[in-house]
Amino acid sequence: MDNKKIQTISIINIQGQNCTGCVTSTICSEYPSIKNVLLQDIIPGFKLEFIFHPNIMTASGKLAMEILEKSAEKKGYILIIDGAIPADNNGIYCTTGEKDGKKSTILGETLALSPDAMLVIALGTCASFGGIASANPNPTGAKSVGEILLANNIKTPLVNIPGCPPHPDWLFGTIEEILTKGLENLELDDFKRPKIYYGKLIHENCPNRAYFDEGKFAKKFGDEGCLYELGCKGPITYADCPSRQWNGRANWAIGSGAPCSGCTSPEFPDLLGDFYERIIDVEVPANEKKVNEKIKIEEKNK
Amino acid sequence: MKKIVIHPITRIEGHLKVEVMVDNSEIKDASISGTMFRGIEVILKGRDPRDAVLLTQRICGVCPEPHAIASVTAVEDYAGLTDKIPENGILLRNLIAGTRTIADHILHFYILSGLDYIDPARVIEYSSNDRDINTLKYFLEQGYSSPFLPRDDIDYRFDTRTTGALVSHYLKALDIYRKAQQAATLFGGKWPHDAAIVAGGVSGKLTVDKITEFIWRIEEIIDFVKNYYLPDVIALTKTYNDYLGIGKGCCNLLAYDSSYKIKSSDGNYSDVLFKGGLVNDINNYSELDTSSITEDVTHSWYNDSEPLHPADGKTKPAPNKEDGYSWIKSPRYNGKVYEVGPIASILTTYLCKKDSGIKKIVDDTLSEIGENISSFYSVAGRHLARALSASIIADELLKWAMQLKAGDPAAVEYDSSTAGGDGNGNGVGLCSAPRGALGHWLNVKEGRISNYQIITPTAWNASPKDKDMQPGPYEQALIGLKIKESDCPIEILRVIRSFDPCTACAVHMVTPGGDLIGKYRVI
Repeated sequence: MDNKKIQTISIINIQGQNCTGCVTSTICSEYPSIKNVLLQDIIPGFKLEFIFHPNIMTASGKLAMEILEKSAEKKGYILIIDGAIPADNNGIYCTTGEKDGKKSTILGETLALSPDAMLVIALGTCASFGGIASANPNPTGAKSVGEILLANNIKTPLVNIPGCPPHPDWLFGTIEEILTKGLENLELDDFKRPKIYYGKLIHENCPNRAYFDEGKFAKKFGDEGCLYELGCKGPITYADCPSRQWNGRANWAIGSGAPCSGCTSPEFPDLLGDFYERIIDVEVPANEKKVNEKIKIEEKNK
Repeated sequence: MKKIVIHPITRIEGHLKVEVMVDNSEIKDASISGTMFRGIEVILKGRDPRDAVLLTQRICGVCPEPHAIASVTAVEDYAGLTDKIPENGILLRNLIAGTRTIADHILHFYILSGLDYIDPARVIEYSSNDRDINTLKYFLEQGYSSPFLPRDDIDYRFDTRTTGALVSHYLKALDIYRKAQQAATLFGGKWPHDAAIVAGGVSGKLTVDKITEFIWRIEEIIDFVKNYYLPDVIALTKTYNDYLGIGKGCCNLLAYDSSYKIKSSDGNYSDVLFKGGLVNDINNYSELDTSSITEDVTHSWYNDSEPLHPADGKTKPAPNKEDGYSWIKSPRYNGKVYEVGPIASILTTYLCKKDSGIKKIVDDTLSEIGENISSFYSVAGRHLARALSASIIADELLKWAMQLKAGDPAAVEYDSSTAGGDGNGNGVGLCSAPRGALGHWLNVKEGRISNYQIITPTAWNASPKDKDMQPGPYEQALIGLKIKESDCPIEILRVIRSFDPCTACAVHMVTPGGDLIGKYRVI
């Protein structure tokens, strides 16, 4: 390969109120593997360069802060943020570094780095929608990246890749899509999620769908049947987990007999109801009437 | 005296800052600071107890599985299901947690700590047929170097040939990590944040093909632990021999019984792989009484209170508190400082189960490196204890998998209408997580969580000074350390990383007081 033909895209990954689950998920990417992503062209002709990433970079402390400053000067990078951004008390609930006695916060870094990025990617549900960190009563005023950008009138394009955690393909696939077709051709839904990955309900492609349609529901774990009554949020959750599956297609939540927890939704985890209780008063496509009638009959018989 | 501040500490989980006072190249005082706060426990209030199993995993995406185990144990304790979990459920939890723990240790040694000892840039001088090495060489030859360079001054000591081999293992470790997580996902549902660990057991149907697939997937992982990871750590203890005497710490150890249940002679799963307890002054073992655990907030950013037992924890965040320097609280046992981690599990088990096979593995390894158990209290010793722990767990995985019975249930029903009798009660879940002793304390009122408290391993280890000004284990391991003065002395980073910090775990916990939440249900 001729180096001159390769376009290098700098990646700066900063972290707010995260659990590092977005990272442990993405480093388990199968194709491309994380080795491919770090060392090779992600697609022919395009190389990602991870200039700043707290979990893998050698440098710490002052040097790490200098690397962050210098890479910001270059502009045109992709800024990836995982974790929510606590906005109360000037962002004091998440300080990320210190240089010459001056503390930096994830709030400050987001405001400083976003304007010159070619794209901001909010990785995971916390960065996309506030997620776990902003759950009621939101003790730290945690906000999504989108809320911070909007409140500060920062116009840099934003893509949300939610999921708790996000599937590695959703992140790297989106980047590949942008490099191949251009950012302007990436179709996003109302929540700025790429439609290719979040365009359909789990329920639409669920292998248990036939059980749902015939009204065969698992009553306890291990039973055959649809997991609707065990609390599955698949009917209201947009993601391609049924076809994509997880961890090199080894399994996925519903495949392991456990209900979907709705982790790609803006409402996760507060507004979806208890994880193991049936969703109530929700419009479910197809046969909803039949199902609801069946449930009503069962409740009468109890 | 000169002050050195390192913030961020990279290649760990979470946000951590270290500040040391240095005189004549020796550290005189150290302050460790967890710099991110979420307040996870408060969001658990008012929820269904079962939801804690999914929500507490989100405390940490590096080690979610012990949170699943500790919380499910607490919920089952509350619901009176502890003795009713089917054999398959017990074994599957052993397998999920065991496999993910091994993956976690591999990630820590190679990806997180590795670059403190191994210089990937040196492979440019090394010729090899290894595909990974040549990929890295080509990457460097093209002029790329991030995220490996730039870096501070580090005394890399391995020769070119050994460096080449270790860099190849570093790259292989990335594959092994992924493959181990995939294997555990066969039963757990997804990585990270398992779906299948549920109150009552493990969800899903167990089939012969899944068991077989697991066994074949895990073989490569076990091989890596035995033939790469453990030997590489032993090589580290030889080449960086002085690090067997550096970073000693407080020399008091605390461990809970591990959650890995073993069939005892009566046919029940009443035995555990790693036995809990206390070790004082290198080798004095004693039993543990969890009622002696308290948390102190003197130097934490929370409003002051007397040290409290975790079940009574009630503090409010005070980010501008004058004496505060960390979001981490200070857990203490009988008012004393204790270190937790694989070193504690290994030594409590070694010292109290005299007949155990674990004793032999430990003795054999110590004789290979020509040391005794006191060398575990060190930077290299912690790496060694972690690798031994991975190796001991690896020895059990196939045995557990072979005991699974396809077709038999893996869960009993959790009936929320009868759980806890009238829906009021408490539960405790203790386990030995990859980073050490993890405890969850649950209170339920009218079927909803009324209080939830967690003490994580990193809270023990990275704790700030307490009311008696006793420094926490990280701080004690740094005080007295000789360093080569710079902006970012590698000696400090090696000490800190030897503990495998997980600060999202350490700072989650705290209840900002008040009755902020009633109900969550909107629909």
